Amino acid sequence: MSVFFAKRFLTLLATLFGASIVIFLVMEILPGDPALVILGVEATPDAVKVLTKELGLDRPALERYFSWIGGILQGELGNSYAYKVPVWELVEGALKITIPLAILSMILSVILALVIGLYAAANHNKASDVSLMGFSQLGISVPNFWLAVLLILFFAVNLRWLPPGGFPGWEEGIWKGIRSLILPALALATVQGAILARITRSSVLEVFREDYVRTARAKGLSQRATLWTHVLRNALIPVITVMGLQFANLLAGTVVVENVFHLPGLGSTVLKAINNRDTIVVENVVLMLAGMVVLTNFIVDLLYAVIDPRLKAHDI
Amino acid sequence: MTLLDVRNLNITLQTAMGEARAVRDLNITLKKGETLGIVGESGCGKSMTALALMGLLPENATTSGELLLSGEDLLEKSEKEMCTIRGNRMAMIFQEPMTSLNPVHTVGRQIMEPLRLHRGLSKKEAFEEAKRLLDRVGIPNPSERIRNHPHQLSGGQRQRVMIALALSCSPDILIADEPTTALDVTIQDQILELIQTLVDEEGMSLVLISHDLGVIAENTQKVMVMYGGTAVETGSTDRIFDELTHPYTQGLFAAMPKIGMGRNRRLTTIPGTVPDLINLPKGCTFTDRCPLASEKCGGAVPARSQMNESHTVMCHHLDKAIKARGGELYQ
Repeated sequence: MSVFFAKRFLTLLATLFGASIVIFLVMEILPGDPALVILGVEATPDAVKVLTKELGLDRPALERYFSWIGGILQGELGNSYAYKVPVWELVEGALKITIPLAILSMILSVILALVIGLYAAANHNKASDVSLMGFSQLGISVPNFWLAVLLILFFAVNLRWLPPGGFPGWEEGIWKGIRSLILPALALATVQGAILARITRSSVLEVFREDYVRTARAKGLSQRATLWTHVLRNALIPVITVMGLQFANLLAGTVVVENVFHLPGLGSTVLKAINNRDTIVVENVVLMLAGMVVLTNFIVDLLYAVIDPRLKAHDI
Repeated sequence: MTLLDVRNLNITLQTAMGEARAVRDLNITLKKGETLGIVGESGCGKSMTALALMGLLPENATTSGELLLSGEDLLEKSEKEMCTIRGNRMAMIFQEPMTSLNPVHTVGRQIMEPLRLHRGLSKKEAFEEAKRLLDRVGIPNPSERIRNHPHQLSGGQRQRVMIALALSCSPDILIADEPTTALDVTIQDQILELIQTLVDEEGMSLVLISHDLGVIAENTQKVMVMYGGTAVETGSTDRIFDELTHPYTQGLFAAMPKIGMGRNRRLTTIPGTVPDLINLPKGCTFTDRCPLASEKCGGAVPARSQMNESHTVMCHHLDKAIKARGGELYQ
């Protein structure tokens, strides 16, 4: 186990290092001078030059790369070019929205997927299976921002159960925070849950055809007992793989839904920073996202080993 | 006393190509402690028969006839009632030991399952009993092996675990579907011997399915030769090999390699392939491949002729077939 763990951990560090280089290079190539964006097109070349020097952008690229990485290793992310405040201050609030939102969406998505997927698989080819899969097809096809608008109309405007948007901050109490995240989480989870439900169903059906399932049935286990004790665990591997990918997407790819609900999440923060050519914010946020994605994959790998002992054995 | 009485069993599979008649008008009787061998090529309905006995046929299968276990018709039983019979009064060993055990559970956990389900043992009792069973089927060091996962065992050991599983609730009938086909020749004998010993000691009845006449000859008292979903010849094992009658059985026997047959002689084969179960011939299913076939064969299903007390054959040309015994029907 420890060898397995160590190997995966080294991969994680190497991936992050590679990601930092790619991120830095892309931001180098990106056209648009931060100083020019801050000062506006009317600025004199001299003023731009002064600001460039002030921001430290006149130094060679290699030097800037190492001072960035060095800063990160010391827990220092630097200051935003556009707002002149520490990057961490800009990002902290966004993280406090994005991470809980991603986790909440993932929980909803998994519940939706397991309930629908298992029920459909257990009733394979019956009316309930066909109609559930029809609904899930619908769930996949609906754009999440449009679903978000519908949810706001129904739950916030008509029923007045939940706030239509915005985020009060966690200082106002945990329940208030969660309340304002429920609708966006639902909008995100519907699409992902629908995809995951289909994967769960097909994975369960595939495992049901395995020889060891026949053995379990031959022992006298009922269809249902077989599903829980023998099928589910084996069927989880592809489900967890997709869950990992979806979680990464929930962290970084939710700008549109964040906008519909007026949530200043990570996606919105990075979009604003790109428009401002606030490269240092972009670099840090993207690296942070890369870190979270890599960490998610790391956890997924560990889960594989927990689920299937063969995977552990092959790796050592 | 008759333990198992199968009467006119028919199994039909609904496939995309049409209805496939996997088993037709099959009759089996098995007394307590008796051993029966079912032999035939792939696709002749042997495994379907076994799965029908266990009530584990695929969803697209429909059955008719009667499957009487101690007088109770299994085809009439609800799924819930079948769950109390499977693994308890009837157990099955499968062909593929490599894939028949769940890779994510320890072998101990898998053996403990039927013990807790049918015999109502506590976790601790079941664990001890599983250890005893592993020891009984010849797994060395059971207290350690019981914590192993299937991938840590060899194919032969996994089949031993399957046997321990099948044995766990002392079933009345043990069904072994090609239990040694996937194993090394050296391991095959050990496994068959183990099955034989355990069946003797427990007084179980055995249904041994194989495509290997030699395996059947050594391990069973009665034999049933299946072709195209039906039993073309049945009889007691010690006599049938002297009285082989059906042209198909003769062909199967002739196709076995024999010691001393000489290096350069080709093995005898039965020409042609197994019949398409969706478009079965109207008459005898073996017509297309039979060296004795005449016009009559394709037209009507032959009657079952009683050769002697135990021996039955389904063939239109009994006289010619008897004459060809031991001869060179397939040269």
